[in-house]
Amino acid sequence: MNVLRFLGFRLLSMVGTLLAVSVVAFVIIQLPPGDFADAYVAQKNQTGAAFTQAELLNLRHNLGLDRPWYVQYLSWISGIFLRLDFGFSWEWQRPVSELIADRLPLTLALAFSTLLFMYGIALPIGIYSAVRQYSIADHSFSLIGYIGLATPNFLLALIMMYFGQQWFGQSVGGLFSPHFEGQPFTWAKFIDLLAHLWVPVVVLGTAGTAFLVRSMRAVLLDELDKMYVVAARAGGIHPLRLLIKYPVRLALIPIVATLGWRLTYVISGAPIVGVVMGLPDTGPLFLKSLLNQDMQLAGALVFIFCALTVIGTFVSDILLALLDPRIQLSG
Amino acid sequence: MKAAASARFLTQPRGRVRRTDSATQWQLIWWRFKRHRIALTGLVVLGMLTCLGLFAGFFAPYASGTRNAQYLSGPPTVVRWSDRESGLQLRPFIYGRDLTRDPVTLRMIPTVDRSEKWPIYFFVRGQEYKFWGLLRTNIHLFGTESETIHLFGTDSIGRDIFSRTLYATRVSLSVGAVGVLVAFVLGSIIGGIAGLYGGVVDSAIMRLIEFIRSIPTLPLWMALSAAVPRDWTPLQTYLAITVILALIGWTWLARTVRSKLLSVRHEDFVLAARLSGCSDARIIGRHLLPSFMSYLIVDMTIAFPEILLAETALSFLGLGLREPVESWGVLLYAAQNVRSIAHMPWLLIPGIFVIIAVLAFSFVGDGLRDAADPYAKETSK
Repeated sequence: MNVLRFLGFRLLSMVGTLLAVSVVAFVIIQLPPGDFADAYVAQKNQTGAAFTQAELLNLRHNLGLDRPWYVQYLSWISGIFLRLDFGFSWEWQRPVSELIADRLPLTLALAFSTLLFMYGIALPIGIYSAVRQYSIADHSFSLIGYIGLATPNFLLALIMMYFGQQWFGQSVGGLFSPHFEGQPFTWAKFIDLLAHLWVPVVVLGTAGTAFLVRSMRAVLLDELDKMYVVAARAGGIHPLRLLIKYPVRLALIPIVATLGWRLTYVISGAPIVGVVMGLPDTGPLFLKSLLNQDMQLAGALVFIFCALTVIGTFVSDILLALLDPRIQLSG
Repeated sequence: MKAAASARFLTQPRGRVRRTDSATQWQLIWWRFKRHRIALTGLVVLGMLTCLGLFAGFFAPYASGTRNAQYLSGPPTVVRWSDRESGLQLRPFIYGRDLTRDPVTLRMIPTVDRSEKWPIYFFVRGQEYKFWGLLRTNIHLFGTESETIHLFGTDSIGRDIFSRTLYATRVSLSVGAVGVLVAFVLGSIIGGIAGLYGGVVDSAIMRLIEFIRSIPTLPLWMALSAAVPRDWTPLQTYLAITVILALIGWTWLARTVRSKLLSVRHEDFVLAARLSGCSDARIIGRHLLPSFMSYLIVDMTIAFPEILLAETALSFLGLGLREPVESWGVLLYAAQNVRSIAHMPWLLIPGIFVIIAVLAFSFVGDGLRDAADPYAKETSK
């Protein structure tokens, strides 16, 4: 019963956050001067077809753009939730949902691989650094970590692409080799994807990894100082077994608890890495829509980015509740 | 050192006042901060960067926007101290440069002419510039008699990247500073309201902060900056971008203000101030705020690089500041595609400044965090 209430509460707060996010996205759509009708008429005028003021008003009325903003918002949001209809991109002349469906899977793959990479690399290094505090390896990991945290990921991407060009003479950008481009998905293409995916994953994950190493090291150091560790060691438990079984497990809790933030971080950085490395994901789509003020598409993407992190945080909250029985289920 | 200090303490006659007893809180913070070697280094680096930015006109050999049509996309000039004929010499020099036609592409390309040597002189008179918009002068730190010197090379239309990087340092650091100030004002007001009123207001503001934290910031920043009209003047764009960055950066500060307010508002000194008839504004401004100012400064040092990085990223994408304004991100905008980096890797040099600035800020932030509460027992970390 308790569990159900906890789940219900979390679910409710997630839906509330999603609604708030949708308001933000809608405001963003409305921000630039002019609306869809203006853009449409301007485009038609360029090709020579003259539009009168009456036709413009008529078009605006047909599209429902002359209605008050809350009516427009309600029709927009109900379109998303009921029909997965995100509006129409005038730049691509296609429904936004189609465009996003084409590219979202790669963004998701990138985000999840980056999360896996971050935790997979950071936890062992963090544990090692804590156990061998002030060793040469510890110092060099902290140095790399500091630099990794300070380097903006688009700069890291540029540097990696430069060295890729210099050493391998090939472009590191993109996600597929030229001969797989546009081909249907096969096993060979999947392997090819993996061979390319690691570069953006490293670029996107470096700063987060550095951060995780630092916090894992700090939490574990605090834990290792505690009396129960001394007592267990005095009792003769094998050091490795002791380490894994108690301090590491406890130290993991705050690390896992911030999984949602890490996801937010990855989603936040993904567009810029996608743009720099020319990935066929949502990043370049997003930037282009912003530069051309194709706001239906831009707003939909902002909404999706935010929704991903909100849902991710929800999942990580539930995972944490499963992992740590001490978390109060009352929420 | 500790042993010596305690020994001195023991030998001192009782009743003597120790240095630490009469020091102000800020002195204590400074003494503790000074012991943090890396943080001190970070502070020095930041000071140097600020100097470079403030006096960019003096350090830069060329005025902003100057083009050298003789040297387009040119690699960095190598400064030499020695050559075959005269061996090592004290005054650095550069070789002359000639334009020759490439036999294959027929384009004019610059080549190094080793027969010409141009010594570098210091405090030379060059292009006129205005010192902070007030003083007209033409003294530059270094230069040569007639050959141009480009320490970081030139971009595709022949502008000196070294000079531009220095001017960009001024803009980028000022965006960070103004952004942090705006965030500070916003954070103190919103956090102050939450901490003072408590109850529903407090939980509403806390919800708002959690909400802002839970959404990915960069896409939001990108979308907001894209809405800044293109026909605005550079100054308007600059202000708009700074405010946009601060709009999301205030949350940490607000949280600190709120939690500190909650923890100190029932302290005796607040009660005493109230009993002496102080107004609320005076209690907050004169008693509460100074008591946790050090923590706010820590948060500001942490927020600074975040805003700096965000500005760099936005300008790099073409959504933030734009030419002819120079910021690190605007300079990096030229390095956006791999083809231009492959031919002109020196376009990435402004990025090194970004890394150095962010590193320095995080070191100073670490040092300050340890020093912020000078009365706390020192931890072993």
